[in-house]
Amino acid sequence: MQFMLLFSRQGKLRLQKWYVPLSDKEKKKITRELVQTVLARKPKMCSFLEWRDLKIVYKRYASLYFCCAIEDQDNELITLEIIHRYVELLDKYFGSVCELDIIFNFEKAYFILDEFLLGGEAQETSKKNVLKAIEQADLLQEVSHHEACIAPSGNAFLTQHSSFLIHEPTLNSHILITRNMCS
Amino acid sequence: MPAPIRLRELIRTIRTARTQAEEREMIQKECAAIRSSFREEDNTYRCRNVAKLLYMHMLGYPAHFGQLECLKLIASQKFTDKRIGYLGAMLLLDERQDVHLLMTNCIKNDLNHSTQYVQGLALCTLGCMGSSEMCRDLAGEVEKLLKTSNSYLRKKAALCAVHVIRKVPELMEMFLPATKNLLSEKNHGVLHTSVVLLTEMCERSPDMLTHFRKNEKLVPQLVRILKNLIMSGYSPEHDVSGISDPFLQVRILRLLRILGKSDDDSSEAMNDILAQVATNTETSKNVGNAILYETVLTIMDIKSESGLRVLAINILGRFLLNNDKNIRYVALTSLLKTVQTDHNAVQRHRSTIVDCLKDLDVSIKRRAMELSFALVNGNNIRGMMKELLYFLDSCDPEFKADCASGVFLAAEKYAPSKRWHIDTIMRVLTTAGSYVRDDSVPNLIQLITNSVEMHAYTVQRLYKALLDDISQQPLVQVASWCIGEYGDLLVSGQCEEEEPIQVTEDEVLDVLEGLLVSNLSTPVTRGYSLTAIMKLSTRFSSVNRIKKVVSIYGSSIDVELQQRAVEYNALFKKYDHMRPALLERMPIMEKTATNGPTEIVQTNGETESSDSKHMPSIAQPANQANDLLDLLGGHDVGPVIQTALPTKPASAGGELLDLLGDLSLSGGPAPSPTPSVTISQPPFLLDGLSSQPLFNDTAAGIPPMTAYNKNGLKIEFTFERSNPNPNISVITIHASNTTEADMTDFVFQAAVPKTFQLQLLSPSSNVVPALNQGNITQVIRVLNPQKQQLRMRIKLTYTYKGAPVQDLAEVNNFPPQSWQ
Repeated sequence: MQFMLLFSRQGKLRLQKWYVPLSDKEKKKITRELVQTVLARKPKMCSFLEWRDLKIVYKRYASLYFCCAIEDQDNELITLEIIHRYVELLDKYFGSVCELDIIFNFEKAYFILDEFLLGGEAQETSKKNVLKAIEQADLLQEVSHHEACIAPSGNAFLTQHSSFLIHEPTLNSHILITRNMCS
Repeated sequence: MPAPIRLRELIRTIRTARTQAEEREMIQKECAAIRSSFREEDNTYRCRNVAKLLYMHMLGYPAHFGQLECLKLIASQKFTDKRIGYLGAMLLLDERQDVHLLMTNCIKNDLNHSTQYVQGLALCTLGCMGSSEMCRDLAGEVEKLLKTSNSYLRKKAALCAVHVIRKVPELMEMFLPATKNLLSEKNHGVLHTSVVLLTEMCERSPDMLTHFRKNEKLVPQLVRILKNLIMSGYSPEHDVSGISDPFLQVRILRLLRILGKSDDDSSEAMNDILAQVATNTETSKNVGNAILYETVLTIMDIKSESGLRVLAINILGRFLLNNDKNIRYVALTSLLKTVQTDHNAVQRHRSTIVDCLKDLDVSIKRRAMELSFALVNGNNIRGMMKELLYFLDSCDPEFKADCASGVFLAAEKYAPSKRWHIDTIMRVLTTAGSYVRDDSVPNLIQLITNSVEMHAYTVQRLYKALLDDISQQPLVQVASWCIGEYGDLLVSGQCEEEEPIQVTEDEVLDVLEGLLVSNLSTPVTRGYSLTAIMKLSTRFSSVNRIKKVVSIYGSSIDVELQQRAVEYNALFKKYDHMRPALLERMPIMEKTATNGPTEIVQTNGETESSDSKHMPSIAQPANQANDLLDLLGGHDVGPVIQTALPTKPASAGGELLDLLGDLSLSGGPAPSPTPSVTISQPPFLLDGLSSQPLFNDTAAGIPPMTAYNKNGLKIEFTFERSNPNPNISVITIHASNTTEADMTDFVFQAAVPKTFQLQLLSPSSNVVPALNQGNITQVIRVLNPQKQQLRMRIKLTYTYKGAPVQDLAEVNNFPPQSWQ
């Protein structure tokens, strides 16, 4: 896979993952043109199109278009499955995912994608394993966040940042997995 | 300083903006805040700020000032920081900026981190955007991780290795040892990524491919894994709609394809499993079809037995009937790839393919069209053409050009009868006339010329089409040309194929003149009609009308038209005796090249490409073998003499014109209505016609010779090889005079045997001064494709002391090097 784009029906970009080195200008141009092309397609048309020298595979889920650019020797039908698997992962993680989830938690969407694909290829074919890895990483993030907050002087400094810990900074307090990192 | 606002809050705020300007304002404000925060080197909030920056970057705003901050985040010890830092690096940095190299050390450290998730981040970033330098530096670390027992890291390392190999192919070797037992893993993630790695290595290096085939016995291993996947029961972890790990199955099939290509043993080893997959895979969902698709691709690419191939094509045939248009599309694409090799098998599905022409989807229609053309043959031409013409009528404009060309090609190859062929052409011209490619016009004209018995029918149909519609230029051009040629058949009502129409000469001229004045006609079309009108001057009786039209256009603004009109005028006035010969019916033309770039003959500005293409091929023998030709003697037109004349029925007077644009000639307007005079096209005619000898030095080693020496007139030949074409010898004649009187009006003529072709360029002068005070030089070019011995007969005429002298001689003593 060369790149994956997620965009709304109005053409707003929600996620862009590039697996080939291109300048910012080129990326913008490609994005603009491709979004236009895909949005112009009628609903009954097939999910594949040829664009420049790439094969484009796209699918619409609710208000979001998932669009991948693959190479000549790649299998279009399995790419549809890859897209579907990613949507399933997002769905499991966010619980009935919708576009807003991806807007407000875009960095999570990237983290999940990076646990599923690497360099444009699938690294893990088990849904369970991808979600487990994300879960563990989130946990690690909580801990390190927590630790950093305590470490300097162990005072109410942390209440400004953490949205979950209240005022008793103890390492033993039960850490809930929330979705509000870096907030 | 208040804490920077949270990411979610920023997102919320920005989304409330009602206009682009409002949003920009918010963004700028926030960017300013972030910038100052960066300046303060605030460690606590850096992560939050970079995250916000990434959001704004996605909206399209510049975020390059955050690049270094990403690096600082990566270097931090907090996992949160690293996570955002690496994400930022992947989004904001790319290998073009030197900044990215600063990451290398951080990544190196993180690759050896105690926490696997940190290692994972590093591997992911490296595998996604690592530059060649980074890859070179870190390949060793990646290789180490490829051998770890931690499957979480191992699978990532494998894909990272793929990226390293893509960036720095020379490093492929170092990963070889680590691949040894990759396939014995149980973990599907590792298996999948290992197969990807092996695929990459095999694709890149034939040596690797051989190694894996022979030494590692990869094929049996892969077959075993695939078999387990298919045979094993339900595995909840990897199940997709009842199929076990389709992603892995597809990748294995792809690797098998590469291993089995052009290798009998490997292909045989995988035959069974391929058959099994092809027959047992559930096809109700996309997943199953994805696997079948890959299987079909593999079967077609390896050396599979014919039964398996037929199975594959049948799968594709079933795909064509699938409701899912994606499947249909994929089937058509695959069939297109296989139609050359398995033509008969694909033919069986022809009707389904033709039905796809009516599909609503543009991509499917295009594929179906391409495939349909590939399937046309002598047996199905009538039926197929009906469908394709129907398609041409109703398809989108983007298809029309290709479809029209395809129809012409197919018709040319398989036309069952001439009448059918002409009818098909007519249909295309009238329905898609404006989309037809430019080179179709000359091709069609040539075709029409060759169907001698259909001339009357053709011209009649074309005329009727013109009456209906003059907007489609290719149609109009072909029609005008035909009317010009066969107008006499039109008015005499000779059509046999259909009811002859009654039309008078005036009506025909009305139509042609109408084309000249119409706004719809392009300049090229106007050129065609003017020439057509001119031709009719020898076929119709209303010459005066034609003369009038031609003279009017002598002052046309269009230079092309003007030139033609002036020349035709001259034809009427000064050269009327030549007119009938020049405007004679065109002979049957042989095709010189199919759809290739045409050699445009420079004919004093005449660039009617249709005509230039219809020059008979070089193969036509010169029939004036040993006779000397009638030539235009010298005069004001530089004599360029063709000895190879086309098989023209006895040209009245047989005076040829110099049609080759020796544009430096100042001689009077040599009328050159090319339509009637066809000239053979030896390839060298187009370059550098000048009166100077083209080469002044003799070719190495070919000695000069005396061709003629009598009565004081000596003619010497010197030789040269023409560089671009070794079959051409360039001979320069030097005529000198040892007598005490000049030889004036000197003309040198030459003829060569049938297998040669001769071109004589203009002489330096026509006076041979007395007493060797100077000589005349003239260049002869001889084309000798069969490398036969050169013989020449020459004729000399000159005036000596008031009396005309004429002599004939044979020149046989050519040195062998001149013609070998």
